[in-house]
Amino acid sequence: MGELRLMKGNEVIAEAAIRCGCDGYFGYPITPQSEVMETLMTLRPWETTGMVVLQAESEIASIHMVYGAAGAGKRVMTSSSSPGISLMAEGISYIAGSELPCVIVNVQRGGPGLGTIQPSQADYNQATKGGGHGDYSLLVLAPASVQEMHDFVILGFELAFKFRNPVMILADGVIGQLMEKVELIDQRPRWTNEQILEISGNWATIGKPSSRKKHVITSLEMDSNMMENNNLRLQAKYTQMKDEEVRYEAIACEDADYIVVAFGSAARICQKTVQIARKKGIKVGLIRPITLFPFPEKIIAEYAAKVKGFLSVEFNAGQMVNDIRLAVNGVTKVEYFGRMGGIVPTPDEVEDALEQRFLIGDL
Amino acid sequence: MTVITGKINEIIKPENLVYAKSPLLNDVSMHYCPGCSHGVVHRLIAEVIDEMGIQEQTIGVSPVGCAVFAYNYIDIDWQEAAHGRAPAVATGIKRVMPEKYVFSYQGDGDLAAIGTAETFHAVNRGENIVMIFINNAIYGMTGGQMAPTTLVGQVTSTTPNGRNVDLNGYPLRITELIAQLPGAAFVTRQSVQTPAAVRKTKKAIRKAFEIQAQKKGTSFVEVVSTCSSGWKLSPVASNKWMEENMFPQYPLGDLKDTGRADPDLYKVKG
Amino acid sequence: MTEEIIIAGFGGQGVLSMGKILAYSGVMQDQEVAWFPSYGPEMRGGTANVTVILSDERISSPILHEFDTAIILNQQSMDKFESRVKTGGMLLYDPNGILHHPTRKDITILKVEGSRLAVEMGNPLTFNMIVLGAFLKAKPVIKLENVKKGLEKSLPERHHKLIPLNLQAIEIGQEHLVVVQTV
Repeated sequence: MGELRLMKGNEVIAEAAIRCGCDGYFGYPITPQSEVMETLMTLRPWETTGMVVLQAESEIASIHMVYGAAGAGKRVMTSSSSPGISLMAEGISYIAGSELPCVIVNVQRGGPGLGTIQPSQADYNQATKGGGHGDYSLLVLAPASVQEMHDFVILGFELAFKFRNPVMILADGVIGQLMEKVELIDQRPRWTNEQILEISGNWATIGKPSSRKKHVITSLEMDSNMMENNNLRLQAKYTQMKDEEVRYEAIACEDADYIVVAFGSAARICQKTVQIARKKGIKVGLIRPITLFPFPEKIIAEYAAKVKGFLSVEFNAGQMVNDIRLAVNGVTKVEYFGRMGGIVPTPDEVEDALEQRFLIGDL
Repeated sequence: MTVITGKINEIIKPENLVYAKSPLLNDVSMHYCPGCSHGVVHRLIAEVIDEMGIQEQTIGVSPVGCAVFAYNYIDIDWQEAAHGRAPAVATGIKRVMPEKYVFSYQGDGDLAAIGTAETFHAVNRGENIVMIFINNAIYGMTGGQMAPTTLVGQVTSTTPNGRNVDLNGYPLRITELIAQLPGAAFVTRQSVQTPAAVRKTKKAIRKAFEIQAQKKGTSFVEVVSTCSSGWKLSPVASNKWMEENMFPQYPLGDLKDTGRADPDLYKVKG
Repeated sequence: MTEEIIIAGFGGQGVLSMGKILAYSGVMQDQEVAWFPSYGPEMRGGTANVTVILSDERISSPILHEFDTAIILNQQSMDKFESRVKTGGMLLYDPNGILHHPTRKDITILKVEGSRLAVEMGNPLTFNMIVLGAFLKAKPVIKLENVKKGLEKSLPERHHKLIPLNLQAIEIGQEHLVVVQTV
């Protein structure tokens, strides 16, 4: 068993990055996730593992530093919060277009604009539908605990390199600031130059020996047929993600009349809602999508035939509810409940909403 | 005019050679317009990398603009950056591979307009990279719009009546500003319109790469350049226009050659 | 066992660190714990509160509407959280600066003169540990030996010399718990 610690979600991102052998972090301070870089700067990994940590002049610079360092076949990452992620959108599109691996953490706050520093899940659409220009997708992981903040950094790098695609950890202010017990992995070494050659030697821009052709990392292609092929290759990759990487948790769904669907900290709240509702005799289950892209549409479609309705609970104006509706495809009722502006609903509030939306008790 | 007769292969013999294409220039024709300075600067970079024997250690970062395809011409590994972000991309590459040579190659719109922040902060951090800056006072790729370095009165497609200070502000001498930054090691402004100027520019580029190896800070080489198509002049007339109009505003020579500043000068007292 | 606690007061009173020590102590006792602060521009002088949950089972929501225990350290927090104690739950407060004392009849109400005792101890910074001591007397959910371990774990090494003082403050808090009403 690894070392057990009590840590904040933001702090554990830093700790996990160092321990899994990450090569570099480039970031810019923004509430509510500044502890990520602060923790890294305090831990000084450049003296131990050799990991680079750099405070950039902006989120724009951060993501393009990530792009550069990812081109070298290194395991690199950044973290930010909603407005900062908007600034990074162009860079993320370049990284996806050039098929580079990296991990991007978004500890969401409320918007639009400068919005609020309080928790939110209003970047669901931005994260799951690409977020920048062009047809691309990120692989999006939604942690619901401090342990998952840790685990998804490690998993994130694995998936990023499996698909040569950016992976986003879509957290929120609650998980970022929450402190829980976490089991840390033991320190793993950073990849050696030989390992990088073995893993990414056929594309990384690490200096051209005379024995091979030059490597060029670019998202540009002037030939429309070639560019369409590039897009088709990306789409094939996203299809493969849908086939192989869907992750979710289903709690108390077997006998459920109603299923609440929620991700991240909203799912934690809804877990308690399930307990409250079941005490009242209402059979409620919870599906927690862990991957938001690929979305767990099959399991939702399966339950659609069995339940009286789904309630999507989100800290936003109703974004994921549309993906649930697509999965359910009219077979049963799909409702939404959420709060905005940084307000986090309590489990009781969700339970009330469930009863109201489905007229439970009135029948 | 001398007329060359006979087969060209009989003429090109080792004993007759006065010049050979650098082995690091790929065997493709460049997309640049006749009279453009990019091709010459590309050749100089290829020659310097070849002569220093650092092909295997060098990564280039190409910009958005006419030089976006620089990666097609020099036989090294390349990464293509988003508009203006080449210094950030170069920073990322250099930080995770400090033993490599990294250079960025940017035009005036890329480096001095959209990417001003990345340019300044990369130099201010004293990143051990080389930045090549092609200043032709116009946006070539997008069809000849005003650049930050466009001269007052200069006609472009977005200043059809000439650049007007009241409307468009002043030409930006960004290299002078760069030279003020403590992270800059070597800052110079050169040109490539004559063989003598070409030789000086090559020397400057070589020096910039050598400074990178010595980890003395950022080297910044501006090349005042022509854009015959954008200026709507013949190549020869472009050179003349550059000498008459650009050089007074962008005077040639070294602006800084001291290595980066001593950090102790900037330290808090207690 | 699951104990859901809100600790609320002014920033600078040690609200967050008291919660942290409690949470660490729970870890030392092999419990599941969650610590969730209000965050934002709430530095010294502003209001600060933290939810601490100790449980034998996996903890679901860190955001709660009602609490088993409210530890109240200023009037604003009294106004906000008195109504959010579960029926049969407990409210512990420091009467210093409190103008409107709690009025609910369906909860246990306790008090401890934390501010006064801390000044008498000659160290106002021990305030939060005195209150923690009073809480642990009222609800011995954590063994004292685990609180000591929690202190060791949560305080940086250079502050370990302060652990005896903190333990003394906890003891004083335990001795000075006053029962106002029980249900």
